Amino acid sequence: MNDLPLLGAHDMARFAARGFLRMDAVVPPDINAQFLREMGDIAPPEPGRKLRRTYGEMLANAGVPEVGAGVPLAQTYPQGSAMARMLALPVVAGAIRSLVGDDPVFDHHFLHVTFPPAYHAAGGGENVSQHTHQDSTIDPRQAFDLQIMYYPHDVTRDMGGTRFIPGTHLRKVSEAALGRYQNIRGQQHMVCEAGTLLFLHSGIWHGGGVNLSERTRTMFKVRINPGSSQVAKFDLSTLERPTGQRPIFYLKGPQPLSVEQILMTPEPWFEDDTGRLEFVNRVKFWRYLTGDAGYDADYWLTRLENLATA
Amino acid sequence: MRRQTVLVLYLANSALDSAVVGWSRYDGTGGTRHMAGDADEPPYRTGLDALKDGWRLFQASQLLPHQRGGEFDVSYLKYEFWFEQLSEVEA
Repeated sequence: MNDLPLLGAHDMARFAARGFLRMDAVVPPDINAQFLREMGDIAPPEPGRKLRRTYGEMLANAGVPEVGAGVPLAQTYPQGSAMARMLALPVVAGAIRSLVGDDPVFDHHFLHVTFPPAYHAAGGGENVSQHTHQDSTIDPRQAFDLQIMYYPHDVTRDMGGTRFIPGTHLRKVSEAALGRYQNIRGQQHMVCEAGTLLFLHSGIWHGGGVNLSERTRTMFKVRINPGSSQVAKFDLSTLERPTGQRPIFYLKGPQPLSVEQILMTPEPWFEDDTGRLEFVNRVKFWRYLTGDAGYDADYWLTRLENLATA
Repeated sequence: MRRQTVLVLYLANSALDSAVVGWSRYDGTGGTRHMAGDADEPPYRTGLDALKDGWRLFQASQLLPHQRGGEFDVSYLKYEFWFEQLSEVEA
C-alpha cells in the first residue's frame, strides 16, 4: 500500500484550484469490456415505450451491486468485478488515497446513461441536457468528497459527455438552484477515449449533456467520502518550499510553474471581484490540504491577517 | 400573438459594459430551444453589446452588503442582467 503512486504537489494544486483531475484512458480495455458486459444490454427504442421504463429495467438488470452508504470502499465491489479491478489499479488507488486519505468510504454510485434521439422520439419525451447543478446539498465543510466518473467507452462530442465548470467547487450553493445558468465561460465537455476517469471535487458544478449521437452513452459515478484525515496525503516530497512570497502585480515576465502559479491562475468565468475571493478560498483550501496553517500565495491572506497588533 | 424571448447575461462586474461570463436564453416563440451546454462562446462580448443589438434590459441584480463573517463566501453568480425581445407570432 505504501508504494502507491500518489499525486504530486502540482497535480494536487490543480485539483485544489480547478476541482478536477482527468486521467485519460488509464483503465485497460479488458476492464472496460468487462464493465460493459456486467452492465448488460439496453433494450432498443420501441414506439410508445417511455424512456423511464427502459431506464428502470436497465438499472434493475445491470450488474451493479446494491450497497449501503458508509461501507468501506474496499468492501463495496465483489472481488474480480470490473469496478474492483478498476479501483485497484495503482494509479487510481494512489489518487484516491491522495484525495480522501487512507480509509475511503463508499457513499453511493449510479449508472448514468444518456439516450440518443430515437429513444426520446419513441417515448414522446424531449431530448435535452441536464441542468447544471452541484451534487448533494449545501456543503459548508472544508473537507470534501471525491466523485469518480468512469467512461468505459469512447465519448464523442455529439454524445453529450459530462459538462463541468472548472473552479466552481468552492462555491457554496444549493444543488439545482443554479439550473438557470445554461452556459459559463470555460465550461468543459468530456470527450475522451474508453477507460478515462474524471476525479471531481464534490462541489464542482456539472451536468449531463444531450446525446445527439446514434448510440447510448454510459458513465458510472462513484462518490467516496474520507474515512479519516485527508490532510497531507499526497506526495509531500514534491512540495516546493519557497523561502518567501513571490513578487505580485509588478512583474517583468511570466512566472515559473509552481503551486502558487497554479493556485493563482483564474478561470475564464471569474468575476472581477469574486475572482479574488476565489484566490483567497484556494489558499485556505491549500492550507487544509497540506496542514500548513501559515501558507499563503500572492499575499492574499497575509495582508488580511495583519491586524497590526504586534 | 406576442411572445417574449429572454436573454440572461452574467457579467464580470456590476457595469453593463463589463464582459459576459455566463449566459442563458429562453425563446417563448418556440422557434429555438436553448439548453445547458449548448454554446461555448457568449452571444455578446458585454451587456452593452446586447443593448446595441436591440435587447431591452428589464432587470439587474442588486448590490448587497456583505454579511459579517461571510465576507469571503462565494456562491451564485453575482451580476445578473435580464433582457427581452418581444415578437409577433402567428396564432
